[in-house]
Amino acid sequence: MNTRAIHIDEESVRHDGARINPARGDERALPWADKLWTAVRAGDEFSAVDVVDGALDAGLGPETVLLDVIGAVQRRVGIEWAANRMSVADEHAATAINDRVIASLPIRRPTTPRGRVTVACVDQEWHALPARLVAETLRLRGWRVEYLGAQVPTAHLIGHLHRTGPDAVCLSSSLPTRLPHAHSAITAVQAVGTPVMVGGLAFGADGRYARLLGADAWAPDARAAADRLATGPLRQPPPARQAIDDLPHLDDQEYTMVAKSSTRLVRDTFHRLEERLPTVRDHTDEQRERTAEDLAHIVHFLTAALYVDAPEIFTDFLTWTAEVLTARGVPAQCLLPGLELLAEQLRDFPRARRLIDAGRNALTTSP
Amino acid sequence: MTSSPARHGTGAASAVSAATAPYPVVVIGADGHVVELNDAASVLLPTARPGGRLRSPSWLATAAGRTARPVSVSGAVGDRFFSAHPSVLPAGGVAWWLVDETELQSLLVELEAERERTQFLNQASTALSASLNLDRCMEVTARLATEYLADAALVIAPSATSKLPMVVCDQRGRISHGTVAGPPDTVPGLTEALRGFPPVPSQWIDPTAAPRWLVPDGFGEVGSLAITPLPGHGVPAGALILLRRVRKVAFTEREEVMARLFAARAGAAMSAARLYAEQNTISDTLMRELLPPTLRQVEGVEFAGGYRPSKDTERVGGDFYDVHPPGEDFPETLAVLGDVAGKGLEAAVLTGRIRNTLHALLPMADDHTKMLRLLNNAMRTSHHTRFATLVLASVRREERDVALRVTAAGHPAPLIMRSDGTVEEADTNGTLIGVLPAVTARTAHVRLAPGETCLLFTDGVTEAKGGPLGDTMFGEQRLRRAAAECVGMPAAAIVERIQMITAQWLGVGRHDDIAVMAITAPRGSHLSAVDGTTRGRYTA
Repeated sequence: MNTRAIHIDEESVRHDGARINPARGDERALPWADKLWTAVRAGDEFSAVDVVDGALDAGLGPETVLLDVIGAVQRRVGIEWAANRMSVADEHAATAINDRVIASLPIRRPTTPRGRVTVACVDQEWHALPARLVAETLRLRGWRVEYLGAQVPTAHLIGHLHRTGPDAVCLSSSLPTRLPHAHSAITAVQAVGTPVMVGGLAFGADGRYARLLGADAWAPDARAAADRLATGPLRQPPPARQAIDDLPHLDDQEYTMVAKSSTRLVRDTFHRLEERLPTVRDHTDEQRERTAEDLAHIVHFLTAALYVDAPEIFTDFLTWTAEVLTARGVPAQCLLPGLELLAEQLRDFPRARRLIDAGRNALTTSP
Repeated sequence: MTSSPARHGTGAASAVSAATAPYPVVVIGADGHVVELNDAASVLLPTARPGGRLRSPSWLATAAGRTARPVSVSGAVGDRFFSAHPSVLPAGGVAWWLVDETELQSLLVELEAERERTQFLNQASTALSASLNLDRCMEVTARLATEYLADAALVIAPSATSKLPMVVCDQRGRISHGTVAGPPDTVPGLTEALRGFPPVPSQWIDPTAAPRWLVPDGFGEVGSLAITPLPGHGVPAGALILLRRVRKVAFTEREEVMARLFAARAGAAMSAARLYAEQNTISDTLMRELLPPTLRQVEGVEFAGGYRPSKDTERVGGDFYDVHPPGEDFPETLAVLGDVAGKGLEAAVLTGRIRNTLHALLPMADDHTKMLRLLNNAMRTSHHTRFATLVLASVRREERDVALRVTAAGHPAPLIMRSDGTVEEADTNGTLIGVLPAVTARTAHVRLAPGETCLLFTDGVTEAKGGPLGDTMFGEQRLRRAAAECVGMPAAAIVERIQMITAQWLGVGRHDDIAVMAITAPRGSHLSAVDGTTRGRYTA
């Protein structure tokens, strides 16, 4: 497929949102965000805590510090990564420091608790910081919050709901490939009679997949989530809703079949690629594994697009990957042979074929 | 009907005259006046006279006034219900045949009411069975009761304490939680309903006898008030109090039946929720000892751990880790990470025993081999037939460095992540624990410069099967590469990164328990912090 040795980390795709979701916060926060960025970039946890203390002492409200200083730094981490100015490991380190810094924010005990909210990431979703920001914002605004963290298996989440009986659940997911998991989590939470608000880039910049998957509310960011909950209780979910009601197109079984055979699909495509492109055979083991991983990502995004019947999930992933490759000096056209091979193997799946065609189109028309 | 052809007109009309018809018949002429009534019609419509206009019932008069294309109509006549069917006479005018449908109509009304009741009970069952949370069940019960049975409703749950939990759904459908503000025996029948004994039917009590806390704000005057016991699974689940504005003292018989059916469903749901909560308290208490601890900085050394049980539905498994800060008899921090043969709760119970034993053996931590020998003896004499592998790491801060003594007993040797990006294996190995009569082990001495890390892991990481092609073992090489990428990162970030890479490798595949622990010498301008979470506290 290509000869690059860089690694498109699946979880890094989320950073695409760094550009579509700019801060809408307090101007005074900007210099503090710059200072925090310097400390985080240096991996200096203690200076980072000092910056946040300084911002608080200078009179910035805790919510401003949380969302416009720490949140702004986190957005910048995404932008820097996409521009190849930061490694995946750097990004993890920065996130870990931000996580610690959040823990150092003063806790305000609410005088009159507003209610109880559970905040969690959907199963397989590792990117916890957006959910953390929501949890902390709600806490600052007087909610009793249970924050369950990253990748919460749906069974755990439901057990938790039975135990605690919150007024609402906030679910976060950053990657579109987690949408099937998100859907089963949404319906499971609603089945226990609890309304769900969702957020995160997986649900689309305008929340279109939140509506499609039957969530009771959607919020573009932590502030909006807190604002929405402040306006009144979420609508009670309708009883006995079936997940299939949301997605009648699943009737064609294409998602089921492609998802079930995705590993074989990747394997077969990889072997055919080796036969067709002699250069792939000369790759080192590690390069070959990267190529196989790229194919796996493509298949995962294809499956997610099939699930919600949204070509843009697939095309956005491909154009984003193309941009990242270009930023790293690799021609984006290297993705095309893999797509052609996939199309050959999925010839009996008209919906999948249309998605792949859309993907090839997007790649050949993108710069 | 043998030979005579069907004839129009007078013959048929005279053969079946209005007078002989088995139904009341009114003939209205083309001019709108009554032409003829049979006896039955005269009885039914005493005001109608031949030659006059039909005025009552009005629905029939209206229909009869429309001369063009008359259609069937229906309505009440006195306390009965009739439908009127027109037949246009050849000579002009319309004969209206009146059919008594009182019985049919009452059946239809009853059917509709029955459908509504069934739908309500169905809805109630669905809503009540959704949650196993007692508060939620009480809310649903109060809300449904307000929607269908009363203008406002209170649900009171029994409690071991003197505070009785109460959920109110007021006349506007707003839910609020609280506790019963007065002694329950001031409300007639409430104590019995809460105790579930002696068995009492729901009873209507004098609304003026109700204490103030029973009436929601702004409800106004209470017309009638009923106390209904909620029967649980052999135990009382609570009481439902219904408030109505109208002064109707009791339910109709049908309402009574429905209220009882609803109470049975609500009671069953509430007692299931209570049972679930009790079971949960028990398992949480037992589980607390088995859950992996939350790790933090100890004595200027960063510790971080991550755990993922083999089954996503479980919280514990056969892998474990612990960090014991130094104590009176042992100057170093002891970190342990291990793996018991087997999975699930049974393996978790054994990890609990091992963790307890090691805790008791902390004063021996200056000699890892001795500690392992004592643990081996303890495990061999217990009735468990399982074995375990583990790593012991005694950790001590020395200036800016961290000195470790590391011993692996039948366990993969920890990886040392150096500042220059190299990753090496700690030079230790030993026999596993719980099988052989004697154990041997070699302890490695490792020194970590600031920013360097000792990474402990279980074989759940290296034996994770998956990858893009689905059937590849993650293996030690990939772990080393992943670790090399993490050099210089804080301990928590390293653990998260390794866990994430492993999870991505696995995809949705089956896996073993997975445990990872990072021991990191902190870097940064400050020498060390007491712990990573306190604002601005540093030690020299």
